[in-house]
Amino acid sequence: MIETSALSVRLGDREVLAEVDLRVRRGDWLAIIGPNGAGKSTLLKAVMGLVAHRGTVTLDGRPAAGLKPRERARLLAYAPQTPALPPDMTVFDYALLGRTPYIPYLGRESRHDRDVTASVLDRLDLTELAMRRAGELSGGERQRVVLARALAQQAPVLLLDEPTTALDLGHQQQVLELVDRLRRADGLTVVTTLHDLTVAGLYADALLLLAEGRAAASGAPAQVLTEALVGRHFDAHVKIEPGPDGRPVVHLVRGGP
Amino acid sequence: MVAQAGPSRARPLWVLAALGVLAVAMVAGLLDGAADISPWQVVLQAVDWLPFVHVDSGLAPVEQGLLFELRLPRVLVAAVVGGLLAVAGAGYQGVFRNPLADPYLLGAAAGAGLATTVAIVLLPSAAGSIPVAAFLGAVGGVFLAYTLGNTAGRAGGTATLVLAGVAVTSFLTAIQTFVQQFKVEELQRIYSWILGDVGGGWDQFWLVLPYAAVSAVLLLLHGRMLDVLSVGDEEAASLGVRAARVRFTVLLAASLATAAAVAVSGLIGFVGIVIPHVVRRLAGGSYRIVLPLSLIGGAAFLVAADLVARTVIAPAELPIGVVTMFVGAPFFVGVLRMTRRAST
Repeated sequence: MIETSALSVRLGDREVLAEVDLRVRRGDWLAIIGPNGAGKSTLLKAVMGLVAHRGTVTLDGRPAAGLKPRERARLLAYAPQTPALPPDMTVFDYALLGRTPYIPYLGRESRHDRDVTASVLDRLDLTELAMRRAGELSGGERQRVVLARALAQQAPVLLLDEPTTALDLGHQQQVLELVDRLRRADGLTVVTTLHDLTVAGLYADALLLLAEGRAAASGAPAQVLTEALVGRHFDAHVKIEPGPDGRPVVHLVRGGP
Repeated sequence: MVAQAGPSRARPLWVLAALGVLAVAMVAGLLDGAADISPWQVVLQAVDWLPFVHVDSGLAPVEQGLLFELRLPRVLVAAVVGGLLAVAGAGYQGVFRNPLADPYLLGAAAGAGLATTVAIVLLPSAAGSIPVAAFLGAVGGVFLAYTLGNTAGRAGGTATLVLAGVAVTSFLTAIQTFVQQFKVEELQRIYSWILGDVGGGWDQFWLVLPYAAVSAVLLLLHGRMLDVLSVGDEEAASLGVRAARVRFTVLLAASLATAAAVAVSGLIGFVGIVIPHVVRRLAGGSYRIVLPLSLIGGAAFLVAADLVARTVIAPAELPIGVVTMFVGAPFFVGVLRMTRRAST
C-alpha cells in the first residue's frame, strides 16, 4: 500500500531522514519507533507530502509525486502529534473538514458529506458532542474528534503521529483499541509513530526502528524489540521478555545505563 | 437535549435580525437632519424609491430632494464602507489565524495615507484625485508588504507577512509625515481625510460599488476555505488544500475591499476588528457565519456611527473615525482581556 525508496529529508543543513526504505502492506499496522529526534514525525510528513524530500513514495502502486493534493488526501488521512483544534469550532464542523478532499474549492458539502460525517461521529460515540465547541473537550475526547476527522476522509491509509501522547493509561488503550477495531472492520492500513515500545509491540504487525534518520531495524515486534537494539539506539538499559500473548514487553532496569 | 447536528452556517434568524438592525439604522440615518420629516414619511419615501413601487409619501419635492441627494447617499456609503471594512477584517483574521488582525495590517492604511498626502500637497485644487490616490496607495502598500514578506521569509508564511506589514507601515508613515511638513497649511485637510468621512454623495457610492461587489462576493465564497485554514497550513495541506493559494486569494479580495473603502471614506478604524468579534461571540466562530454577518453588521454599525457623528455636537460634525475609535478602543482592550483569560 505504501512504499518508499531511499526517502531522504534535509531541513537546513541537517539530514533528518536518510535513505529510508519502507513497505507497508494493505491492512497492516506499522509502528515507527525510535529515540527523540530520530525523524519519526518527519517520515510521516514525507509520506504525506508535507515536507520536501528526495527519493520516491509509492501509494497504492502509484507514484505519489504525480498525485494532485486532493487525490493524495483521498488516499492518506493524517493526524499530527498536536493537532490544532480551533476552540470556537464545533465538533461537527471539525470532523466535516475531513470531507474537504471531496468538496469543490468554493463549493459546499453535499448531503452525502454530512451523512458520512454524522455516521463517523456516531461510530466514535461523539454524536452527543457534535455541537459542542472544541475548546470545551477533554484530552481523550479531543483525540477521538481528531480521529473522527481522519476517518471522515475515508482514506484507506491512516497516518497517526503519536496518537496517544498526553493521554492517561485508560484513554491510551481506548484510542488504540479503537484504531485497531476500525482497521479490522474497514481494512485500513495504519502507520503510527509511537513512543511507548511495549504498546508499539502490542498493537503493530511490524515495527520500524529509526535512529538518527536511518532505518536501524525493521520487522516483526520480536525481531526489532531486542535488548541489544533498544539498548544501543535508545541508550537505555532494558530487559525484554515475552508477555502473556508472546509479544515482547520492555522493562526499564533501574540503575542503567 | 442534543441539538440537531449539522454544519455551521448563518442561520436565517441571525441574518434577518442583522438585516433588521441595518434597516432600522438606515431609516434612523435618513431621519436625522435639520429639516423636520416624520419617520413614517421617510419609510414611505424609502419604499417609493424601490423599483416598480409607487407610494405617495406626502413629502414636498424639496424634502424629497434633500433625502435623495444628501441623506440617502450618505447612509448608503456608510453602509457599504462599514460592510467592506468588517468583512475584510474577518478575512484578514482568517488568513492570519489571529482575531486581532485588521484590514490595515498589511500597510493599506499607510499606503493610502501617503498617496493621499502626496495628492493633497501636489494637487491641492483637484479634490477628485484623492479617492484615486487613496485606492492606489492602499493597493500599493499591501503589494509592497506582501512581496517583502514572501521574499524575506518562508514562502506563504504568515509571521513574516505580518512583520513586513509592520515595516511597510512605519516606513510609509515616515515618508507621509515628511511630505506633509512641506505644506503645513494642508495639515487640516490631511487629518480630516485620515479621520474619515462618508458624506461625499452619490459619486462616492457609485465609485466604490463595483469593487465592493466583487470583493464581498469573493470573500463570502471563501468561508469554508477559511475554516479549513484555521487548523493550520500543514493540516490544511493534508486535506488537499494549498494554503498559500487560499491565503493569496483572500488577501487579494480583502485588500481590494479595504482599498475601495479607504478610497471613498478615509481611514476609519476598528470596524474591521470590532464587528467580526461581536458576530463570533453572538452567532458562532465558523467563517461561514462570521463573513456574511460581519458584512451586514459592519454596514449597520457604520450607519449608526455616522448618525452619532452627525448628532452629538450638531450642527457641527464629529469625524466618523473618532466615533468608531471611541467605541472600538475600549472594546479592543476588552477582547484582549478576554482572550488572555481564555488562553490561561
